[in-house]
Amino acid sequence: MSRFLLPLGIFIVVVGFLAVGLTLNPRELPSPLVGKAAPDFSLPQLHDPTKVISSNDLKGKVWLLNFWASWCGGCKDEHPVLNHLAQSGEVPIYGMDYKDQRNEALAWLKEWGNPYSVVAVDEPGRVGINYGVYGVPETYVIDKQGIIRYKQIGPLREDILQEKILPLVRELQSQ
Amino acid sequence: MRWLLLIILLILIPSFAVAEEARPLAENPQVEARLKTLAVELRCLVCQNQTLADSNAPLAEDLRREVREMIAKDMSDREIIDFLVARYGDFVLYRPPLKTTTTLLWVGPFLLLGAGAAGLVIALRRRQKKLGDTTMTLSEAEHKRVAQLLSEGVNRP
Repeated sequence: MSRFLLPLGIFIVVVGFLAVGLTLNPRELPSPLVGKAAPDFSLPQLHDPTKVISSNDLKGKVWLLNFWASWCGGCKDEHPVLNHLAQSGEVPIYGMDYKDQRNEALAWLKEWGNPYSVVAVDEPGRVGINYGVYGVPETYVIDKQGIIRYKQIGPLREDILQEKILPLVRELQSQ
Repeated sequence: MRWLLLIILLILIPSFAVAEEARPLAENPQVEARLKTLAVELRCLVCQNQTLADSNAPLAEDLRREVREMIAKDMSDREIIDFLVARYGDFVLYRPPLKTTTTLLWVGPFLLLGAGAAGLVIALRRRQKKLGDTTMTLSEAEHKRVAQLLSEGVNRP
């Protein structure tokens, strides 16, 4: 009997590791930027290219930065969630139009609604690199001091919003 | 003869077309050589099992452009790697650094090797003991039978 115990034990340990491995998402990499200052940017606005939106203008309030693009499928999935959040007016959402064409981005927003306070245009994707973006959509929660507090990789969902993002936003706003 | 020339020319046309499509890699071959040695050490974040050098993902192209510019600015390899690690974490490195969070990754294989070696030694010892036990337990009658069988074998033609 005991000669089966050791292989059985090893088998159970291996199964345990594999079971945990199945639940992990290899696309979700921990960002080294959480807890650090949000990288500065100063970019033309989507709706009025003559105007500039700068991260310095946003100091002193809690805001969300959402990287999206008209070519991105996941962005369409999360868009109703963003529209809903924008309607509630709880926290301003700033859009970052990532590696996109201006006219297509404008048409996309016209069709699906515009939840953004302002949309910045990151056509060469440089600000994206500074924020460690590796796949849109990605959303950052940035506090009053300009520190990144949370990073959402992939589409936002209503449950993530209610359970993680909004409680964090309220806590940061009360500070 | 004229036909042959025409055929040869026709065969050559596709190769001209290809030659025209291929873009020059970069103006500076030295920059390109450094980019190559750096990019094989870096992981593409979109296609996670490809290096930055292999990947055709738009992000990999952007990151190669970024690295190219840093090389042109004469930044050291260390500075360039730090730039990427600060943004994307240790995951961009194909050779993760030895840290408290990565100790199991580095030491794990040696632990497994040690455990395997220990298991082998124990198993061999046990086996030897078992074999030793069986030779010891041959009875007097069995010894006689062995001697008889052996002598029979000798006497056979």
